[in-house]
Amino acid sequence: MSDAMSMNWPAVRAIYRFEMGRFWRTAGQSILAPVISTTLYFVVFGAAIGSRVSAVDGVPYGLFIVPGLIMLSLLTQSISNASFGIYFPRFAGTIYEILSAPISPLEVVLGFVGAAASKSILIGLIILATSALFVPLRIDHPVWMIGFLLLTAVTFSLFGFVIGLWADGFEKLQLVPLLVVTPLTFLGGSFYAISMLPPFWHAVSLINPVVYLISAFRWAFFGKADVSIAISLGMTALFLVICLGLVTYIFRTGYRLKS
Amino acid sequence: MPIISISKLSKTYQSGFTALSGIDLTIERGEIFALLGPNGAGKSTLINIVCGIVTPSAGTVMVDGHDIAADYRAARRAIGLVPQELTTDAFETVLNTVSFSRGLFGLQPDPGHIERILRALSLWDKRDSRLMTLSGGMKRRVLIAKALSHEPRVLFLDEPTAGVDVELRQDMWRLVRDLRQQGVTVILTTHYIEEAEEMADRIGVIRRGQIILVEEKAALMRKLGRKQLTLQLQAPIVEIPPELSDYELALAGDGRELVYTYDTRAERTGITGLLTGLAAAGIRFSDLHTEQSSLEDIFVGLVREGETRA
Repeated sequence: MSDAMSMNWPAVRAIYRFEMGRFWRTAGQSILAPVISTTLYFVVFGAAIGSRVSAVDGVPYGLFIVPGLIMLSLLTQSISNASFGIYFPRFAGTIYEILSAPISPLEVVLGFVGAAASKSILIGLIILATSALFVPLRIDHPVWMIGFLLLTAVTFSLFGFVIGLWADGFEKLQLVPLLVVTPLTFLGGSFYAISMLPPFWHAVSLINPVVYLISAFRWAFFGKADVSIAISLGMTALFLVICLGLVTYIFRTGYRLKS
Repeated sequence: MPIISISKLSKTYQSGFTALSGIDLTIERGEIFALLGPNGAGKSTLINIVCGIVTPSAGTVMVDGHDIAADYRAARRAIGLVPQELTTDAFETVLNTVSFSRGLFGLQPDPGHIERILRALSLWDKRDSRLMTLSGGMKRRVLIAKALSHEPRVLFLDEPTAGVDVELRQDMWRLVRDLRQQGVTVILTTHYIEEAEEMADRIGVIRRGQIILVEEKAALMRKLGRKQLTLQLQAPIVEIPPELSDYELALAGDGRELVYTYDTRAERTGITGLLTGLAAAGIRFSDLHTEQSSLEDIFVGLVREGETRA
């Protein structure tokens, strides 16, 4: 196998471990924050509001919101971890080391996106474990659940990676997660089934890509979905391909990386 | 085969600024090459292209026989880079950041090698310190340790001693000599002429994106050096006698010194004629000494000459 075709796995491992090191350095904060926020969601939506809401599609409301809660954190954490991961070396100037090392773009992406996805999956699992303290968990399709968790984490980590390359300041780094992703997630059925909406808003919701992610993820838990699993998978795969295309374009042109 | 061959290399940025224009340069194995040039001359752009950080507009660069574009992995594996800026990951420890660099170059961990480097750079005691707690000089050492972590055959030092104290500068010069002993080729850019004069085997001068001179240091000093002959006069004089006006003379030391500047390249230095003329004018001297112009004088002369032509 030629030198150009072979993979520089030690480099992938080095980037991955370096990025995960940042997570473990602040492990208390990294773990505690999702535990607290999940607890708060259960107190507010589960106990205070949930007790007055009847079961949704036969699923108690407290249990119904678990997939949405996990997905909410998974999306925001994947994006922020990956965007910060690549933006910080650009900001600090240490990116020179990555650019001058014998690493292919694929290896750079595997290292950064792999670490970002791992962190967000860990947080997703922490939220799942915290949820088990409040509601009796039910996962009808555990393999699919893990599959959707992985696919979503990787896709949105790639999206975060693109944002981290595009951003030229910390403000821009926060722009997309705060102004686009969080509203889309809240409006994507995290805390309700879109079938509960009036017909017009139901139709509007179908434009929101996050609807498909949450719907598929909820199906893995309860076997019930707002839209078909095939469409959900197709939409997620399409977004993954778009993100891959953007990353490929960035590395090919050196956009914001090389002058 | 030279370790680095640069051919017709040009770089024009998107802004339209041409940083390099038709650079041809070869670096021999095991030499210490100093690249001198004023600010904005193109030194860092040249280094950054060879290292893969900046994309060239035209031309080719071969490192140890490998094209930096077509065979970038092999080319980059041969190179270690110490950048000009003190760019470090503030929250990491010394040991982690140096080990990380080795991993980036595709090598398996080698704690023994990392320890040797850290000890050589007096960093071993600081191995568990976070980079943010280190002084500027220590951070510079860390950058060198990172560049050496993968045992490169070529080491680029971009302004390595900018802003470091005398002790560290001496340490670095010692380190560079040791590396050369081990067969590592060292290319450094510097503003400190004394650094080039102290260490380099060959010197290149770059100005406005063009190499205007590449020469063995000793030959350069010999070829372009101007010498000064200073005569200590027995009695002070107020003006240079008109019969000596053909010589490039200047009075100094309140008329007690006569300074004659001459070109060592000239067929005749004029010293014999000057001494005869002085004797005829009745000017006697008690002592004399000569002084070779420094590399800095040569460098300033070259750059000024270029600017005048431009």
